[in-house]
Order: sequence, then structure tokens, then C-alpha cells
Amino acid sequence: MSKNMFKFFGSLALFAFVLSGTAVKAGTKEDVAKKGSVSCGVSQGVPGFSNADASGKWSGIDVDMCRAVAAAVLGDANKVKYQPLSAKDRFEVLKSGQIDMLSRNTTWTLSRDAGLGLEFVGTNFYDGQGFIVRKAAKVNTAKKLNNVKVCVETGTTTELNLRDYFKANKLKYEAVSFTKADEAVAAYDAGRCDVYTTDKSGLAAQRTKMKNPGEHTVLPETISKEPLGPVVRGNDQNWKDIAAWSLYVMIEAEELGVSSKNIDSMKSTDNPNIKRLLGLEGDTGKSLGLSNTWAYNIIKQVGNYGEVYERNVGAKTPLGLARNGSPNQLWSKGGILYAPPVR
Amino acid sequence: MKKLSNFKNNLSKNLQWQNFLPQFFLLLFFCLLIFYFTRNAQINLLARNITSGFDFLSTNSGFDVQFSLIPYDGSFSFGRAYLVGLLNTLLVSFFGIIFASILGFVIGISRLSENLLLSKLSLFYVELFRNLPLILQIFFWYFVVLRNLPSTEKSLILLNFLIVNVQGFYFPKFIFTNFPFVLYGIIFAILTIFLVKYYSNKMFYNTGKYLPVFKLSLVFLILFPLIFSFLGNVGLKFEQAKLIQNFGIFNYVGGVKLVPEFLALLFALSLYTSAFIAENVRAGILSISKGQKEAAKSIGLNNSLSLKLIIIPQALRVIIPPTTNQYLNLVKNSSLAAGIGYPDLTSVFAGTSLSQTGKAIEIIFIVMMTYLSISLFISLILNWYNKKIAFISK
Repeated sequence: MSKNMFKFFGSLALFAFVLSGTAVKAGTKEDVAKKGSVSCGVSQGVPGFSNADASGKWSGIDVDMCRAVAAAVLGDANKVKYQPLSAKDRFEVLKSGQIDMLSRNTTWTLSRDAGLGLEFVGTNFYDGQGFIVRKAAKVNTAKKLNNVKVCVETGTTTELNLRDYFKANKLKYEAVSFTKADEAVAAYDAGRCDVYTTDKSGLAAQRTKMKNPGEHTVLPETISKEPLGPVVRGNDQNWKDIAAWSLYVMIEAEELGVSSKNIDSMKSTDNPNIKRLLGLEGDTGKSLGLSNTWAYNIIKQVGNYGEVYERNVGAKTPLGLARNGSPNQLWSKGGILYAPPVR
Repeated sequence: MKKLSNFKNNLSKNLQWQNFLPQFFLLLFFCLLIFYFTRNAQINLLARNITSGFDFLSTNSGFDVQFSLIPYDGSFSFGRAYLVGLLNTLLVSFFGIIFASILGFVIGISRLSENLLLSKLSLFYVELFRNLPLILQIFFWYFVVLRNLPSTEKSLILLNFLIVNVQGFYFPKFIFTNFPFVLYGIIFAILTIFLVKYYSNKMFYNTGKYLPVFKLSLVFLILFPLIFSFLGNVGLKFEQAKLIQNFGIFNYVGGVKLVPEFLALLFALSLYTSAFIAENVRAGILSISKGQKEAAKSIGLNNSLSLKLIIIPQALRVIIPPTTNQYLNLVKNSSLAAGIGYPDLTSVFAGTSLSQTGKAIEIIFIVMMTYLSISLFISLILNWYNKKIAFISK
């Protein structure tokens, strides 16, 4: 064979070798430990849930979920890399392995849970879909919305509920769909649509971004159930457990009265539940493959669920969502938040 | 002597093998590569419990689309949603190609005009539109121009014909009675035009004189349908869009509606592509040697006739191939529609349907094959046309 042919086959072999080398893959937790950070898919800007401020610092209830997982796995809640995603792209990006978890006000549904090869780990906010209209429209119920144009974000359950609602009520409408929530809101704000629809928490959040928030009003109807929560890939049971229990310990901590402020003084408690939670008794970390201070790190650095809620979406924030009377209250206080025992 | 020829034979056989082997292995390698990727995808989908297949095409889509040429809503299938997207892509591409061609031709010729103002304006046009990124131009039309139109209740109404507001442009719908008679008139006009053309050619060969065929054609095309309509008692009504008030919400209903997303995309695609076509036209005309023009003049053809009979037919051979590319670009560029929410193939099928079903591999495959088919079809037509007008060497 000639020299050229050797070169040719040599380069082929090299190419094949490079390709085959990419096949081996470790678990997500090991990947995260190696990278030293959790890549977390968040929204492109929903105040209260995941939103970056002027200096690029992310905050929100979904962001705190990412931070909790980072605190559990890496011991440092700040070791998170945020990746803003559109509703349309979020699942593909998660499936392809570009992010470790998705925490992006994502509704838990059967087809998503069972059909996409993904795993919903729990609910960090119970929401429901609503409508916002201009006050000038003089409409006080969604039942009166006929012959309207509705701006909506594409690739969402919102889009599907919208159709169900208008069809069930025999109302005519046109859905004007956009890829980004921001675009849909801007279109509504400019008069392209008469109505904007998304989850009610989202309506409260997006209204703060409108030119003149006082000109708009949220209609009373809630037309769907929207349990929002973090999502991971379905082929990594350990990682799913870590994400799920990161959420549960925040709820459990609130129930036990443990917060980021009093956690260190709680170390001297006699309550065995609290002792287990703080890793002073038992080995809760071991079965997750984490250090025994994993829950302590979450509560200390991120806070319990109540703190997270009040800080991001509670009554004192621009969103002003009252917690009492909503499903997002502890089961013992009339809500439906209920964590399995940490033991 | 015999040995030498044997050696030569062997050598050439060897050379044949040497040529054949690498090609064989290269082919084998690519087959294996494709096999590897397919297998890899299959294994991973199975491992993650992701269902695959094309069954989803016949299930209910559940989402609505604001702008569709065929009846569609969420109770139709994903297959139907695909068709809606495809037709919307074809619609904007079709009109885009027509407007870009007309504009490109006019600008390209004006660019060579002896009128300094005209040629400089054309130059400005070309440099402006071809040097700005297309997506920016789409955003400009959508967010800057169409977004700032008046609200529905304060719509601009032009000549009682066109209604313009932030939700779109509304034209009256034409409603004909006895419409077939108009068609008969058009068919009759076309037949007459062919006859006149034939007669004019014959006259030209016999006497050197010819008839003004183009002007006559226009007259026929207008006159005959009118006469036929009159004879066939054809009625024409305009259905204007009506303003409907529902509490404080105003909306126009009826008429023919063009949504701003469509208009922005159409404007941007037409203007952007026309700048490139104008340059093709200019290059085509400049490629014709000066001698041709002088020869045309010397046999007594005036400017417009020499352009029509001598320059353009020859220039077309240079213009067509690069213009084919521009048409293909326009179709592919129409997929930027997703940026402003025009429901084209990419946004309805590779966007909404993909995220509602999660069938990424299947959907992307279908969409890629569709764009490929459209492009190949356009190339086929234009290659055929190019061959038809090419020099026939004798």
C-alpha cells in the first residue's frame, strides 16, 4: 500500500477512536462532583421563580431549588451554573444531558412524566392558570371573553388548557403563540392581544414588567391545576432521590420549626426528628451517597420552605402572593405541603 | 518485450485496486457511522423509556394556531398541524419569491440606469438591505413598524378598503356570484393572445412589421372578463371586516386578515432577497458584451426593444443559476419566523409539536426532509427553465 493510503486509514481509525471514546458515562452526582457545580435549567426571566437582576445574580423559588441541590451535593449553595431555557427547548436540553436538573416552573403531567424519559421529583409550587386583561376591557369574568386574541407561550400546558377552557365554554378566540414568555407579554402589552394567559403566579410576576401595571386586572377564574416542580432525567435513580429529598427537607424543616437563622442553636435539641434532620443522629446522607450534613447545608444556606416562599413570592415581594389559604402552606396549616419522614 | 507488457498489465491492475480499495472502505466507514448513530439513539431511547415512532401524527394536537390556510384547531391531529405549518411556509415563500423577483428585477435594471438619482438610490437600497442581518430586518418590521400601529378601536381605514391596526391588516373579501363566467373570459382572453402573437410573428417574418402584443394582451385580459361578466350576469360583493364590541374589547371579524407576523416576515424576506436578486440581474446585464447592444442599435432597434429582444434573453442565462440559490435561501430563511411567532413549519411542527410530544428525532427528521424536498423541487423547475433558455450549440 502506498504512503497516502496509510495516512488515509490512519486518520479513519483515529476518527473512529475519538467517536467511541465519548460513550462512557458516570452518574449525574459523580459528574456534578467532578465539575464542581450543578447546571440548572431555569426560565428566561419570571420574577419570583427564576430571574436575573441587573448584576446577573439569579433569584427565585426555582433558583433556590437549584441552590438546595448544590448545597446537598457540593456543600455550597452558590456552586450553580444557570442556563436560561425557553419552554419549548427545556426538555430536549435536559434529555441531551446539557443540564443536570430542570427547575423552571414546569407543570407535572402524566405524558411528560411517562413519555419523555424524564422524572418529576415533586412540587415546589402549586399553581393554576388564569387570565389577565386590560381594565379598559370592562370584563370581570373569563366567561365573557368572546372573539378575543390571546397571547400565550408555546410548548406549554398553558397552551393546551387555554383551548380546553374556551372550547368547553363555547367562546371564540385566536391563540397568538410566542416562543418566549417575555415576547408574549410584550405583545399583549402592545395591544396585539386582548388577553394574556399563564399560571397565576406568572401573571403576578409578568404584570410587574408591564409598562403600566395598574391598567391590568387578573380575572378570578383558575382554569387548571399546575403543580410546578423540578425535573431530572429518568435513568438516574440516585440523582432523582437527591433532588426530591432536597425539596422534602426544606418542607420538613419548616414543619419542625428549623430555619436558617435558628439552625445552629437547634443543634442542642433533644428532638430526635431534628437531630436526624441535622445529621447528628442516623445516617440519612449515606443512603443518598452524600455527607451527613447535606440537609444541614440546605437549611443553613438556602433556608426552609417558608423562608424561600416569603423571600421570593410572599406578601412582601412585588408578586405579593399571600400564602395562607393557598395550597402552598403546610398540611398542618391548611395547605397541601407534606413531606415524607426523613429517617 | 512480453514480460514488460505483462508487468504493465499487472501494474495497471494494481493501480485499479489501489483506486478501488479506499473508496470501498470510505463507503463502508460511512455506512458503519450511520449505523452507529442510529443504534446509539435506539439504545439510549430504550434505556430512558422514551417511546418512539410516528404514531403521534394521528393523535389530537390539543393546541390552536392563529393563522391557517386550512380548517384546523386542537381537535385535529399533529399530522394536520404539520400540514398547517407547511402551507404557511409555502405561502410566505411563494409571495416572497414573487415580490423579491419583481423588486429585484426593477432595482437591478435601475442600478444601470443613466439617470444618476435612480441608479444611486438603487445602489443605496441594495447596500442597505443586503448588509443587515435578516433576523434584525424581521424584528425591525415586526417590533418597530407593525407593533406601533394604532389599537383596534383607533384603526386606520384607508379608502374604505384596507383596515390597519396593531392586530393586522384587513382587506375586504371578494364574493362573486356566477364566478365561472369570469374564468371563461380569462381563458378566452388567453386564447386570443396566443392567436394575436402567432399572427404578429407571421407578419413580422413577411413584412418586418409587428403588432404591440403586450399592450393588446393587457386590453384583452381586462376587456374579455368584463364582457363575459356582463353577459353571464356576474355579481361582485365586498365583505368588509366588521368592528365587534364585546364589553371594552374591540375586534374586527370577517374579511381577509393578514396577521402582522406574516407581514413582517414577508416584507423582510422580500426586501432582503430582492437586494441579492438585483445584483444578479445587474451582473447578468453587464455580462452581455457591448457589441450586442451596438449590433441591436445598428439594425434599428430602440432601447426598450434591444433590452427585450437582445439583452434580457442572453442575460437570463447568467441570472437564473444564482437566482435559484436566492429562491432556495428565501425558503430556508422563512424558518426564522419562529423569532416572531408566525406559525410556519419550523415553529408549528419543529417547535410546538415537538415540545408537546417530545418526539425530537422523528419530527426533526420529517422537517429536514420537507425542506430538502421543497428546495430540490425549486431547483428542478429552475434547472429545467435554465436548460430551456440555454444556448443551443449547433
